[in-house]
Amino acid sequence: MIGFLQNIGRTSLAFLAAIGRLVLFTSSAIRWTFFPPYYLRQLGRQVIDIGYYSLPVVGLTTLFSGMVLALQSYTGFARFSAEDTVATVVVLSVTRELGPVLAGLMVAGRIGASMAAEIGTMRVTDQIDALDTLSTRPMQYLVAPRILAGTICLPFLVLVGDLIGVFGGYLVGVYRLGFNPSIYLARTMEFLEISDVTLGLIKAAVFGFLIALMGCYHGYHSGRGAEGVGRATTNAVVSSSILILISNYLVTALFFG
Amino acid sequence: MTTTPKIVMQGVTKSFGDKQVLRGIDLEVAPEESLAIIGTSGCGKSVTLKCLLGLLRADGGSILVDGVEMIDANRHQMEAMRQRFGMTFQFGALFDSLPIWENVTFRLRQRQTLSRTEARHIAAETITQLGLASHVIDQFPAELSGGMQKRVALARAIADKPEILLFDEPTSGLDPITGGVIDSLILDSVRRLGATALTISHDMASVRRIADKVAMVHKGVIIWCGSASEMDNTGIAEVDQFVHGLADGPLTLAAQAEARGE
Repeated sequence: MIGFLQNIGRTSLAFLAAIGRLVLFTSSAIRWTFFPPYYLRQLGRQVIDIGYYSLPVVGLTTLFSGMVLALQSYTGFARFSAEDTVATVVVLSVTRELGPVLAGLMVAGRIGASMAAEIGTMRVTDQIDALDTLSTRPMQYLVAPRILAGTICLPFLVLVGDLIGVFGGYLVGVYRLGFNPSIYLARTMEFLEISDVTLGLIKAAVFGFLIALMGCYHGYHSGRGAEGVGRATTNAVVSSSILILISNYLVTALFFG
Repeated sequence: MTTTPKIVMQGVTKSFGDKQVLRGIDLEVAPEESLAIIGTSGCGKSVTLKCLLGLLRADGGSILVDGVEMIDANRHQMEAMRQRFGMTFQFGALFDSLPIWENVTFRLRQRQTLSRTEARHIAAETITQLGLASHVIDQFPAELSGGMQKRVALARAIADKPEILLFDEPTSGLDPITGGVIDSLILDSVRRLGATALTISHDMASVRRIADKVAMVHKGVIIWCGSASEMDNTGIAEVDQFVHGLADGPLTLAAQAEARGE
């Protein structure tokens, strides 16, 4: 019985310690984003890596999601003669939900993993300690630019993803389902509001922040050796994916109605 | 006239969880002296160096650098103190994403505005002093051999002309000839800068070449400290066994594992 209680106590303490470590890490990362020196080259490198090199994967994901959405919603709505709403359903689903979430999950797999692996490797090869000895704060040099770049880039990626996703729906609607192109476009714009797009972009900024934070956090606290870096990479992808889904609900609930 | 020590460590302790790695390190290093710290793997040598640099916070004791206490220094004091140190790491710890010239001038460029041309010139000059061709500055660490990476790491450590140089296993993984070259470059750099040097090493040939004084760490304490010329016959079984690389003696594999808390 005592052993059981000890286990519960130990697990609870470890959990609380992990939460505390994450909170300290997050506050330190945010704090160092606003203080000089600013590592603009590092920021630029991350913006290119996250924003530019993620475009193909985000574009392909949203394109096919928009296409599938058009097909599926047509199948469903045809059952009660509401085929005309396909364009509206596609644009609202993509901008409010699918665009940010799918882009977030894809970027979490691509960028979260690479950040954790890069920083984790720097940790196990003493490069982070070397930064300290070379008058450079690792939080400021490694973490702050990545978090800033993640938060800035995801909304742009999602905006592009939204356009491609809606275009995917248009392709299927016009060339497969036989909608008139002008009517499809008119329906797309008819019920779309600015708030639908901005909600998606706010979500994207939150997701970008979380992806970069998890990638940096797990890499920074990576265990020794290849196994430690591997585990950090997996944890970064899993934790950022879960946080994306949780924060997706929270942000939607916050702006609901 | 007695010289004020550059570095004084007294009763330095450090634990990781239940495991006490340093149990009271006492050490003194005089200005411009070269001290080597030897000991079996996991005995606390690297932790001692990291506590000195503030990369790890010691649990207790005192660390004085030029008479200034470092144990309870705040972040700004620690950062200011670190600027007086240069360090090479066991595996180089060069930044993979930066070319050699940026690695070598990394700290200089953090501390002052240097044009690209000036920085490249300084990097070329520094690595040439260490026997590397100047065109190497445009290569990346992954393109260099282990020996060349060690030289670049040394160049990075000395580019800013620090007062104190720390070397973590400077010759590990190198063949004896390259190791000898690295040792003479270390000696030359330390003398040219008038720096105080602390070296961690398992390589006794290297220790004989570069150290004025040697200290042996065992079970988290210094069990012997003396001049390099005295280390062949200290009368302490652990030191004699380690220095002469003998299989028989108190430092059995089981005893070493026990000392590491395994």
